[in-house]
Amino acid sequence: MTINEIQNEIIEEFLVYDDWMDKYEYIIDYAKSLPVIDVNKKTPQNLINGCQSKVWLDAELKEGKLSFTADSDAIITKGVVALLVRVFNMQSAKDILTADLFFIEKIGLSQNLSPTRANGLLSMIKRIKSYALAFDSLEK
Amino acid sequence: MQKSIEEIRKDFPILNQKIYGKPLVYFDNGATSQKPLCVIDTENEIYKTINSNIHRGVHFLSGEMTNAYEKARQTIQNFINAQLSEEIIFTKGATDSINLVAFSFGEAFVNEGDEIIVTEMEHHANIVPWQMLCLRKKAKLKVLPIDEIGELKINELENLISERTKLLAFAHTSNVLGTINPVKKIIKKAHSKNVKVLVDGSQAILHSSVDVQDLDADFYVFSGHKMYAPTGTGILYGKKEILCQMPPYQGGGDMVDVVSFQETTYAELPFKFEAGTSNFVGSVALARAAEYIKEIGFELITTRENGLLIYATHELKQIKGLKIFGESQKKSSIISFLVDNIHAYDMGLMLDKMGIAVRTGSHCAQPLMQRLGIDGTVRASLAFYNTPEEVDLLVNGVKRIVKLFH
Repeated sequence: MTINEIQNEIIEEFLVYDDWMDKYEYIIDYAKSLPVIDVNKKTPQNLINGCQSKVWLDAELKEGKLSFTADSDAIITKGVVALLVRVFNMQSAKDILTADLFFIEKIGLSQNLSPTRANGLLSMIKRIKSYALAFDSLEK
Repeated sequence: MQKSIEEIRKDFPILNQKIYGKPLVYFDNGATSQKPLCVIDTENEIYKTINSNIHRGVHFLSGEMTNAYEKARQTIQNFINAQLSEEIIFTKGATDSINLVAFSFGEAFVNEGDEIIVTEMEHHANIVPWQMLCLRKKAKLKVLPIDEIGELKINELENLISERTKLLAFAHTSNVLGTINPVKKIIKKAHSKNVKVLVDGSQAILHSSVDVQDLDADFYVFSGHKMYAPTGTGILYGKKEILCQMPPYQGGGDMVDVVSFQETTYAELPFKFEAGTSNFVGSVALARAAEYIKEIGFELITTRENGLLIYATHELKQIKGLKIFGESQKKSSIISFLVDNIHAYDMGLMLDKMGIAVRTGSHCAQPLMQRLGIDGTVRASLAFYNTPEEVDLLVNGVKRIVKLFH
Protein backbone atom coordinates (compact mmCIF):
# COMPACT_ATOMS: atom_id res chain seq x y z
CA MET A 1 0.00 0.00 0.00
CA THR A 2 1.17 3.53 -0.64
CA ILE A 3 1.53 6.12 2.10
CA ASN A 4 -1.64 7.85 0.94
CA GLU A 5 -3.64 4.63 0.80
CA ILE A 6 -2.69 3.83 4.38
CA GLN A 7 -3.58 7.35 5.48
CA ASN A 8 -7.02 7.04 3.87
CA GLU A 9 -7.49 3.72 5.58
CA ILE A 10 -6.77 5.26 8.99
CA ILE A 11 -9.11 8.17 8.32
CA GLU A 12 -11.86 5.71 7.50
CA GLU A 13 -11.26 3.74 10.69
CA PHE A 14 -11.59 6.93 12.73
CA LEU A 15 -14.80 8.00 10.98
CA VAL A 16 -16.91 5.81 13.25
CA TYR A 17 -15.82 7.68 16.37
CA ASP A 18 -17.28 11.06 17.17
CA ASP A 19 -16.47 10.93 20.86
CA TRP A 20 -12.90 11.71 21.85
CA MET A 21 -12.77 9.04 24.54
CA ASP A 22 -13.61 6.45 21.89
CA LYS A 23 -10.83 7.78 19.70
CA TYR A 24 -8.40 7.52 22.60
CA GLU A 25 -9.63 4.02 23.39
CA TYR A 26 -8.87 3.07 19.79
CA ILE A 27 -5.43 4.70 19.96
CA ILE A 28 -4.63 2.97 23.25
CA ASP A 29 -5.67 -0.33 21.72
CA TYR A 30 -3.71 0.39 18.58
CA ALA A 31 -0.57 1.02 20.65
CA LYS A 32 -0.32 -2.73 21.13
CA SER A 33 0.40 -3.20 17.43
CA LEU A 34 3.53 -1.05 17.50
CA PRO A 35 6.69 -2.97 16.59
CA VAL A 36 8.49 -2.38 19.88
CA ILE A 37 12.04 -1.16 19.81
CA ASP A 38 14.69 -3.49 21.19
CA VAL A 39 15.58 -2.69 24.80
CA ASN A 40 19.24 -2.13 23.98
CA LYS A 41 18.20 0.33 21.28
CA LYS A 42 16.50 2.58 23.82
CA THR A 43 19.58 4.77 23.73
CA PRO A 44 19.80 8.52 24.27
CA GLN A 45 20.38 8.87 20.50
CA ASN A 46 17.07 7.18 19.76
CA LEU A 47 15.19 9.20 22.37
CA ILE A 48 13.08 12.06 21.10
CA ASN A 49 13.48 14.63 23.82
CA GLY A 50 10.56 16.34 25.45
CA CYS A 51 9.20 17.18 28.85
CA GLN A 52 5.97 15.21 28.82
CA SER A 53 6.51 11.66 27.64
CA LYS A 54 9.47 9.73 26.32
CA VAL A 55 9.58 8.37 22.78
CA TRP A 56 12.25 6.10 21.35
CA LEU A 57 12.38 5.56 17.60
CA ASP A 58 14.76 3.48 15.52
CA ALA A 59 14.93 2.73 11.81
CA GLU A 60 16.66 0.05 9.74
CA LEU A 61 16.97 -0.51 6.05
CA LYS A 62 15.25 -3.71 4.92
CA GLU A 63 15.05 -4.62 1.24
CA GLY A 64 15.63 -1.00 0.36
CA LYS A 65 12.73 0.15 2.56
CA LEU A 66 12.67 1.72 6.00
CA SER A 67 11.59 -0.44 8.90
CA PHE A 68 10.69 1.36 12.12
CA THR A 69 10.54 0.23 15.73
CA ALA A 70 9.54 2.52 18.59
CA ASP A 71 8.19 2.79 22.13
CA SER A 72 6.86 5.36 24.60
CA ASP A 73 6.21 5.44 28.32
CA ALA A 74 2.81 7.10 27.71
CA ILE A 75 0.22 4.90 26.06
CA ILE A 76 -1.52 7.54 23.94
CA THR A 77 1.83 8.71 22.62
CA LYS A 78 2.68 5.08 21.90
CA GLY A 79 -0.56 4.70 19.96
CA VAL A 80 0.14 7.83 17.95
CA VAL A 81 3.65 6.58 17.14
CA ALA A 82 2.09 3.29 16.12
CA LEU A 83 -0.14 5.12 13.64
CA LEU A 84 2.86 6.98 12.22
CA VAL A 85 4.85 3.78 11.94
CA ARG A 86 1.91 2.15 10.17
CA VAL A 87 1.97 4.92 7.57
CA PHE A 88 5.73 4.94 7.00
CA ASN A 89 6.80 1.38 7.65
CA MET A 90 8.36 -0.40 4.67
CA GLN A 91 8.17 2.66 2.46
CA SER A 92 11.09 3.98 0.46
CA ALA A 93 13.17 6.86 1.77
CA LYS A 94 12.14 8.94 -1.25
CA ASP A 95 8.42 8.37 -0.64
CA ILE A 96 8.78 9.23 3.05
CA LEU A 97 10.65 12.43 2.25
CA THR A 98 8.02 13.63 -0.21
CA ALA A 99 5.01 12.41 1.78
CA ASP A 100 2.21 14.80 2.59
CA LEU A 101 0.78 13.89 5.97
CA PHE A 102 -2.91 14.65 5.91
CA PHE A 103 -4.38 11.94 8.17
CA ILE A 104 -3.35 13.71 11.37
CA GLU A 105 -5.55 16.69 10.73
CA LYS A 106 -8.37 14.56 9.36
CA ILE A 107 -8.58 12.42 12.52
CA GLY A 108 -8.36 15.48 14.73
CA LEU A 109 -4.91 14.98 16.22
CA SER A 110 -3.45 18.18 14.80
CA GLN A 111 -3.61 19.99 18.13
CA ASN A 112 -0.87 17.60 19.22
CA LEU A 113 1.23 19.08 16.44
CA SER A 114 1.81 22.35 18.24
CA PRO A 115 5.53 23.10 18.12
CA THR A 116 5.64 23.78 21.84
CA ARG A 117 4.76 20.20 22.56
CA ALA A 118 8.33 19.10 22.17
CA ASN A 119 7.27 15.52 22.39
CA GLY A 120 4.42 15.96 20.00
CA LEU A 121 3.94 14.54 16.60
CA LEU A 122 6.09 17.18 14.99
CA SER A 123 9.34 15.95 16.50
CA MET A 124 8.44 12.34 15.72
CA ILE A 125 7.73 13.19 12.09
CA LYS A 126 10.97 15.17 11.93
CA ARG A 127 12.86 12.17 13.26
CA ILE A 128 11.22 9.83 10.74
CA LYS A 129 12.08 12.19 7.89
CA SER A 130 15.65 12.59 9.10
CA TYR A 131 16.05 8.78 9.06
CA ALA A 132 14.70 8.79 5.51
CA LEU A 133 17.10 11.57 4.56
CA ALA A 134 20.05 9.67 6.04
CA PHE A 135 19.17 6.42 4.23
CA ASP A 136 18.43 8.31 1.02
CA SER A 137 21.88 9.89 1.00
CA LEU A 138 23.44 6.49 1.84
CA GLU A 139 21.85 5.03 -1.28
CA LYS A 140 23.33 7.75 -3.43
CA MET B 1 -21.39 41.07 52.59
CA GLN B 2 -19.63 38.12 51.01
CA LYS B 3 -20.15 37.36 47.34
CA SER B 4 -21.97 34.18 46.35
CA ILE B 5 -20.24 31.66 44.10
CA GLU B 6 -22.56 32.66 41.26
CA GLU B 7 -21.50 36.29 41.66
CA ILE B 8 -17.84 35.32 41.89
CA ARG B 9 -18.00 33.24 38.71
CA LYS B 10 -19.62 36.14 36.90
CA ASP B 11 -16.47 38.13 37.67
CA PHE B 12 -14.46 35.66 35.55
CA PRO B 13 -16.07 35.54 32.10
CA ILE B 14 -13.61 32.94 30.77
CA LEU B 15 -14.99 30.32 33.17
CA ASN B 16 -18.45 30.40 31.69
CA GLN B 17 -17.74 28.68 28.39
CA LYS B 18 -17.79 25.25 26.84
CA ILE B 19 -14.83 23.46 25.30
CA TYR B 20 -15.32 20.34 23.17
CA GLY B 21 -19.00 20.91 23.92
CA LYS B 22 -18.47 20.46 27.66
CA PRO B 23 -18.40 23.07 30.41
CA LEU B 24 -14.84 24.22 31.09
CA VAL B 25 -13.38 23.05 34.40
CA TYR B 26 -10.31 25.15 35.00
CA PHE B 27 -8.01 23.40 37.47
CA ASP B 28 -4.73 24.85 36.24
CA ASN B 29 -4.70 27.87 38.50
CA GLY B 30 -1.23 27.07 39.80
CA ALA B 31 0.12 27.72 36.32
CA THR B 32 -1.86 30.89 35.83
CA SER B 33 -5.06 32.20 37.33
CA GLN B 34 -7.97 33.66 35.39
CA LYS B 35 -8.63 37.40 35.46
CA PRO B 36 -11.65 39.14 36.90
CA LEU B 37 -13.50 41.73 34.82
CA CYS B 38 -12.30 44.58 37.02
CA VAL B 39 -8.67 43.77 36.16
CA ILE B 40 -9.41 43.39 32.45
CA ASP B 41 -11.38 46.65 32.55
CA THR B 42 -8.58 48.48 34.35
CA GLU B 43 -6.12 47.70 31.57
CA ASN B 44 -8.66 48.58 28.88
CA GLU B 45 -9.65 51.81 30.59
CA ILE B 46 -6.04 52.98 30.93
CA TYR B 47 -5.38 52.46 27.24
CA LYS B 48 -8.55 54.40 26.47
CA THR B 49 -7.89 57.29 28.83
CA ILE B 50 -4.52 57.99 30.46
CA ASN B 51 -1.91 55.83 28.71
CA SER B 52 1.33 57.77 28.52
CA ASN B 53 4.90 57.00 29.53
CA ILE B 54 5.49 57.38 33.24
CA HIS B 55 7.96 59.66 35.07
CA ARG B 56 9.58 62.78 33.61
CA GLY B 57 6.74 63.59 31.22
CA VAL B 58 5.73 67.24 31.54
CA HIS B 59 2.27 66.77 30.11
CA PHE B 60 -1.07 65.99 31.71
CA LEU B 61 -1.45 62.35 30.70
CA SER B 62 2.06 61.47 31.81
CA GLY B 63 1.28 62.97 35.20
CA GLU B 64 -1.95 61.02 35.48
CA MET B 65 -0.28 57.77 34.47
CA THR B 66 2.62 58.32 36.85
CA ASN B 67 0.17 58.97 39.69
CA ALA B 68 -1.70 55.77 38.91
CA TYR B 69 1.55 53.81 38.78
CA GLU B 70 2.87 55.15 42.06
CA LYS B 71 -0.52 54.67 43.68
CA ALA B 72 -0.34 51.06 42.52
CA ARG B 73 2.98 50.75 44.30
CA GLN B 74 1.34 51.94 47.51
CA THR B 75 -1.54 49.51 47.05
CA ILE B 76 0.94 46.62 46.82
CA GLN B 77 2.85 48.04 49.78
CA ASN B 78 -0.33 47.91 51.84
CA PHE B 79 -1.30 44.53 50.41
CA ILE B 80 1.83 42.87 51.83
CA ASN B 81 2.31 45.39 54.64
CA ALA B 82 5.73 46.62 53.56
CA GLN B 83 7.09 49.46 55.66
CA LEU B 84 8.00 51.69 52.71
CA SER B 85 6.67 52.07 49.18
CA GLU B 86 10.21 52.19 47.74
CA GLU B 87 10.66 48.63 48.96
CA ILE B 88 8.23 47.56 46.23
CA ILE B 89 9.91 46.98 42.87
CA PHE B 90 7.75 46.27 39.82
CA THR B 91 9.15 43.41 37.76
CA LYS B 92 8.05 41.09 34.95
CA GLY B 93 7.21 38.30 37.38
CA ALA B 94 8.61 36.14 40.15
CA THR B 95 11.33 34.72 37.87
CA ASP B 96 12.46 38.22 36.98
CA SER B 97 12.43 39.21 40.66
CA ILE B 98 14.57 36.22 41.67
CA ASN B 99 17.03 36.84 38.84
CA LEU B 100 17.31 40.45 39.95
CA VAL B 101 18.19 39.43 43.50
CA ALA B 102 20.49 36.60 42.38
CA PHE B 103 22.43 39.09 40.28
CA SER B 104 22.44 42.21 42.43
CA PHE B 105 22.60 40.61 45.87
CA GLY B 106 25.21 38.28 44.42
CA GLU B 107 27.31 41.16 43.16
CA ALA B 108 27.19 42.91 46.51
CA PHE B 109 27.47 40.06 48.97
CA VAL B 110 28.48 36.71 47.46
CA ASN B 111 32.13 35.76 46.99
CA GLU B 112 34.14 32.66 46.14
CA GLY B 113 33.49 29.89 48.64
CA ASP B 114 30.24 31.38 49.91
CA GLU B 115 27.04 29.35 50.00
CA ILE B 116 23.43 29.71 48.91
CA ILE B 117 20.78 27.32 50.21
CA VAL B 118 17.65 26.31 48.29
CA THR B 119 15.26 23.46 49.01
CA GLU B 120 14.34 20.21 47.33
CA MET B 121 10.81 21.43 46.58
CA GLU B 122 11.76 24.53 44.57
CA HIS B 123 10.49 25.55 41.16
CA HIS B 124 13.29 25.86 38.58
CA ALA B 125 12.91 29.64 38.87
CA ASN B 126 14.19 29.41 42.44
CA ILE B 127 17.05 27.06 41.58
CA VAL B 128 18.58 28.07 38.26
CA PRO B 129 19.27 31.78 39.00
CA TRP B 130 21.14 30.70 42.16
CA GLN B 131 23.04 28.05 40.23
CA MET B 132 24.05 30.72 37.73
CA LEU B 133 25.15 32.98 40.58
CA CYS B 134 27.19 30.16 42.11
CA LEU B 135 28.89 29.48 38.77
CA ARG B 136 29.67 33.17 38.35
CA LYS B 137 31.07 33.61 41.83
CA LYS B 138 32.47 30.12 42.41
CA ALA B 139 30.04 29.78 45.29
CA LYS B 140 28.32 26.60 46.45
CA LEU B 141 24.65 25.65 46.17
CA LYS B 142 23.30 23.58 49.05
CA VAL B 143 19.91 21.89 49.27
CA LEU B 144 17.56 21.50 52.21
CA PRO B 145 15.71 18.17 51.80
CA ILE B 146 12.05 17.28 52.24
CA ASP B 147 10.52 14.39 54.18
CA GLU B 148 8.08 11.67 53.12
CA ILE B 149 4.92 13.77 53.38
CA GLY B 150 6.47 16.64 51.50
CA GLU B 151 7.50 18.97 54.31
CA LEU B 152 10.87 20.65 54.62
CA LYS B 153 13.27 19.04 57.08
CA ILE B 154 13.67 22.26 58.99
CA ASN B 155 15.69 20.61 61.71
CA GLU B 156 18.46 20.01 59.22
CA LEU B 157 18.68 23.70 58.41
CA GLU B 158 20.95 24.52 61.32
CA ASN B 159 23.52 21.93 60.24
CA LEU B 160 23.28 23.04 56.64
CA ILE B 161 23.98 26.68 57.43
CA SER B 162 27.65 27.51 57.83
CA GLU B 163 29.42 30.78 58.39
CA ARG B 164 29.82 31.01 54.61
CA THR B 165 26.06 30.85 53.97
CA LYS B 166 24.83 34.14 52.54
CA LEU B 167 21.25 33.46 51.56
CA LEU B 168 18.43 30.95 51.87
CA ALA B 169 15.82 30.89 49.09
CA PHE B 170 12.63 28.86 49.46
CA ALA B 171 9.02 28.71 48.39
CA HIS B 172 6.27 29.92 50.70
CA THR B 173 4.05 27.24 49.15
CA SER B 174 5.19 24.36 46.94
CA ASN B 175 3.76 24.47 43.41
CA VAL B 176 3.75 20.66 43.25
CA LEU B 177 3.13 19.38 46.78
CA GLY B 178 0.98 22.24 47.98
CA THR B 179 2.91 22.32 51.26
CA ILE B 180 2.68 25.66 53.06
CA ASN B 181 6.04 26.16 54.71
CA PRO B 182 6.38 27.72 58.18
CA VAL B 183 7.95 30.82 56.72
CA LYS B 184 8.28 32.85 59.90
CA LYS B 185 9.96 30.03 61.79
CA ILE B 186 12.41 29.31 58.96
CA ILE B 187 13.32 32.99 58.60
CA LYS B 188 13.94 33.25 62.32
CA LYS B 189 16.31 30.29 62.19
CA ALA B 190 18.17 31.73 59.20
CA HIS B 191 18.42 35.18 60.75
CA SER B 192 19.81 33.77 63.97
CA LYS B 193 22.80 32.71 61.86
CA ASN B 194 22.95 35.99 59.92
CA VAL B 195 21.61 34.44 56.72
CA LYS B 196 19.37 36.57 54.51
CA VAL B 197 16.18 35.03 53.17
CA LEU B 198 14.29 35.22 49.88
CA VAL B 199 10.77 33.81 49.89
CA ASP B 200 9.11 32.81 46.61
CA GLY B 201 5.50 33.67 47.31
CA SER B 202 4.14 32.86 43.84
CA GLN B 203 1.81 30.11 45.06
CA ALA B 204 0.98 31.77 48.38
CA ILE B 205 0.14 35.40 47.71
CA LEU B 206 -3.32 34.66 46.34
CA HIS B 207 -4.40 32.19 49.01
CA SER B 208 -3.81 33.95 52.30
CA SER B 209 -2.73 37.26 53.74
CA VAL B 210 1.02 37.97 53.62
CA ASP B 211 2.71 40.41 56.00
CA VAL B 212 6.35 40.81 55.03
CA GLN B 213 7.19 42.72 58.21
CA ASP B 214 5.67 40.08 60.43
CA LEU B 215 7.47 37.34 58.48
CA ASP B 216 10.64 39.48 58.59
CA ALA B 217 11.47 38.38 55.01
CA ASP B 218 14.47 40.11 53.46
CA PHE B 219 13.04 39.50 49.99
CA TYR B 220 9.55 38.37 49.02
CA VAL B 221 8.68 37.80 45.36
CA PHE B 222 5.56 36.92 43.40
CA SER B 223 4.04 36.98 39.92
CA GLY B 224 1.00 38.99 38.95
CA HIS B 225 -0.46 36.41 36.60
CA LYS B 226 -0.91 33.86 39.36
CA MET B 227 -2.90 36.33 41.49
CA TYR B 228 -5.61 37.30 38.99
CA ALA B 229 -3.48 40.06 37.46
CA PRO B 230 -2.12 40.46 33.92
CA THR B 231 0.78 38.35 32.75
CA GLY B 232 4.19 40.01 32.60
CA THR B 233 3.77 41.73 35.94
CA GLY B 234 5.38 40.91 39.24
CA ILE B 235 6.77 42.19 42.49
CA LEU B 236 10.04 42.17 44.29
CA TYR B 237 9.80 43.26 47.89
CA GLY B 238 13.14 43.90 49.54
CA LYS B 239 14.19 45.53 52.77
CA LYS B 240 15.42 49.02 51.98
CA GLU B 241 18.71 48.68 53.87
CA ILE B 242 19.62 45.65 51.72
CA LEU B 243 18.30 46.99 48.40
CA CYS B 244 20.33 50.16 48.95
CA GLN B 245 23.54 48.17 49.11
CA MET B 246 22.79 46.24 45.92
CA PRO B 247 23.97 47.50 42.50
CA PRO B 248 21.42 47.88 39.67
CA TYR B 249 20.43 44.75 37.76
CA GLN B 250 19.89 46.30 34.33
CA GLY B 251 20.91 49.64 32.89
CA GLY B 252 18.71 51.95 30.85
CA GLY B 253 16.16 54.68 31.14
CA ASP B 254 14.32 55.45 34.38
CA MET B 255 17.05 53.92 36.59
CA VAL B 256 19.56 56.73 36.16
CA ASP B 257 20.30 60.01 37.86
CA VAL B 258 22.97 61.64 35.68
CA VAL B 259 24.42 60.01 32.57
CA SER B 260 27.60 61.02 30.79
CA PHE B 261 30.02 58.95 28.74
CA GLN B 262 32.45 59.10 31.62
CA GLU B 263 30.15 58.11 34.42
CA THR B 264 26.55 57.39 35.32
CA THR B 265 24.96 57.86 38.69
CA TYR B 266 21.90 55.86 39.54
CA ALA B 267 18.45 56.86 40.66
CA GLU B 268 17.19 56.19 44.17
CA LEU B 269 15.02 53.24 45.15
CA PRO B 270 12.79 51.89 43.71
CA PHE B 271 13.69 53.32 40.29
CA LYS B 272 17.24 52.01 40.48
CA PHE B 273 15.83 48.56 39.80
CA GLU B 274 13.23 49.52 37.18
CA ALA B 275 15.25 50.06 34.01
CA GLY B 276 13.45 50.84 30.78
CA THR B 277 9.75 51.38 30.18
CA SER B 278 8.11 48.81 32.36
CA ASN B 279 4.68 47.27 32.02
CA PHE B 280 3.21 50.21 33.92
CA VAL B 281 -0.32 49.55 32.68
CA GLY B 282 -0.08 45.94 33.83
CA SER B 283 1.29 47.05 37.19
CA VAL B 284 -1.73 49.28 37.80
CA ALA B 285 -3.96 46.32 36.90
CA LEU B 286 -1.90 44.19 39.30
CA ALA B 287 -2.78 46.61 42.09
CA ARG B 288 -6.43 46.34 41.02
CA ALA B 289 -6.14 42.55 41.37
CA ALA B 290 -4.80 43.01 44.90
CA GLU B 291 -7.78 45.23 45.69
CA TYR B 292 -10.12 42.63 44.20
CA ILE B 293 -8.62 39.95 46.45
CA LYS B 294 -9.22 42.22 49.43
CA GLU B 295 -12.79 42.89 48.32
CA ILE B 296 -13.47 39.16 48.09
CA GLY B 297 -11.66 38.72 51.38
CA PHE B 298 -9.12 36.13 52.43
CA GLU B 299 -11.64 34.66 54.84
CA LEU B 300 -13.91 33.64 51.97
CA ILE B 301 -10.99 32.61 49.76
CA THR B 302 -9.38 30.41 52.41
CA THR B 303 -12.68 28.85 53.49
CA ARG B 304 -13.70 27.99 49.95
CA GLU B 305 -10.30 26.71 48.89
CA ASN B 306 -9.80 24.61 52.02
CA GLY B 307 -13.25 23.12 51.56
CA LEU B 308 -12.47 22.24 47.94
CA LEU B 309 -9.08 20.81 48.90
CA ILE B 310 -10.51 18.55 51.61
CA TYR B 311 -13.40 17.42 49.41
CA ALA B 312 -11.24 16.75 46.33
CA THR B 313 -8.57 14.93 48.36
CA HIS B 314 -11.19 12.74 50.01
CA GLU B 315 -12.95 11.89 46.75
CA LEU B 316 -9.77 11.24 44.78
CA LYS B 317 -8.46 8.96 47.52
CA GLN B 318 -11.46 6.67 47.00
CA ILE B 319 -9.99 5.75 43.62
CA LYS B 320 -8.01 2.53 43.91
CA GLY B 321 -4.34 2.94 43.04
CA LEU B 322 -4.41 6.75 43.27
CA LYS B 323 -1.47 8.28 45.08
CA ILE B 324 -1.28 11.89 46.16
CA PHE B 325 2.13 13.54 46.31
CA GLY B 326 2.32 16.01 49.17
CA GLU B 327 0.31 15.19 52.25
CA SER B 328 1.28 17.91 54.66
CA GLN B 329 -1.34 18.97 57.19
CA LYS B 330 -0.70 22.53 56.09
CA LYS B 331 -1.55 22.46 52.44
CA SER B 332 -2.75 24.84 49.81
CA SER B 333 -5.37 23.79 47.23
CA ILE B 334 -2.87 22.01 44.98
CA ILE B 335 -3.25 18.27 44.44
CA SER B 336 -0.57 16.30 42.60
CA PHE B 337 -1.43 12.70 41.87
CA LEU B 338 -0.85 9.59 39.80
CA VAL B 339 -2.95 6.46 39.39
CA ASP B 340 -1.06 3.16 39.24
CA ASN B 341 1.18 3.27 36.19
CA ILE B 342 -1.02 5.53 34.07
CA HIS B 343 1.22 8.19 32.59
CA ALA B 344 0.40 11.74 33.67
CA TYR B 345 0.40 12.82 30.02
CA ASP B 346 -2.23 10.21 29.09
CA MET B 347 -4.40 11.28 32.01
CA GLY B 348 -4.04 14.97 31.12
CA LEU B 349 -4.88 14.46 27.43
CA MET B 350 -8.02 12.55 28.25
CA LEU B 351 -9.18 14.90 31.01
CA ASP B 352 -8.74 17.74 28.53
CA LYS B 353 -11.20 16.13 26.15
CA MET B 354 -13.70 16.04 29.02
CA GLY B 355 -13.29 19.79 29.37
CA ILE B 356 -11.02 19.57 32.42
CA ALA B 357 -7.81 21.61 32.39
CA VAL B 358 -5.09 20.16 34.60
CA ARG B 359 -1.32 20.35 34.33
CA THR B 360 0.85 17.31 33.72
CA GLY B 361 4.58 16.77 33.81
CA SER B 362 7.34 17.91 36.13
CA HIS B 363 5.80 21.33 36.89
CA CYS B 364 9.20 22.99 36.42
CA ALA B 365 10.49 21.06 39.42
CA GLN B 366 12.63 18.29 37.95
CA PRO B 367 14.86 17.91 41.04
CA LEU B 368 11.73 17.34 43.12
CA MET B 369 10.53 14.71 40.62
CA GLN B 370 13.91 13.00 40.93
CA ARG B 371 13.54 13.05 44.71
CA LEU B 372 10.06 11.51 44.42
CA GLY B 373 11.33 8.97 41.87
CA ILE B 374 8.77 9.84 39.21
CA ASP B 375 8.72 11.57 35.83
CA GLY B 376 5.76 13.78 36.56
CA THR B 377 2.33 14.09 38.10
CA VAL B 378 -1.15 15.24 37.22
CA ARG B 379 -1.77 18.46 39.10
CA ALA B 380 -5.14 19.94 39.87
CA SER B 381 -4.78 23.40 41.39
CA LEU B 382 -8.02 24.88 42.64
CA ALA B 383 -9.08 28.47 43.13
CA PHE B 384 -11.87 30.05 45.13
CA TYR B 385 -13.96 30.32 41.95
CA ASN B 386 -14.00 26.55 41.50
CA THR B 387 -16.90 24.44 42.77
CA PRO B 388 -17.52 21.01 44.34
CA GLU B 389 -19.46 20.10 41.19
CA GLU B 390 -16.28 20.68 39.18
CA VAL B 391 -14.40 18.45 41.62
CA ASP B 392 -17.01 15.75 40.93
CA LEU B 393 -16.36 16.11 37.19
CA LEU B 394 -12.64 15.63 37.78
CA VAL B 395 -13.12 12.61 40.03
CA ASN B 396 -15.56 10.98 37.60
CA GLY B 397 -13.23 11.76 34.72
CA VAL B 398 -10.29 10.09 36.48
CA LYS B 399 -12.48 7.08 37.27
CA ARG B 400 -13.53 6.78 33.64
CA ILE B 401 -9.91 6.92 32.47
CA VAL B 402 -8.79 4.36 35.05
CA LYS B 403 -11.52 2.00 33.79
CA LEU B 404 -10.19 2.36 30.27
CA PHE B 405 -6.78 1.17 31.39
CA HIS B 406 -7.95 -1.87 33.33
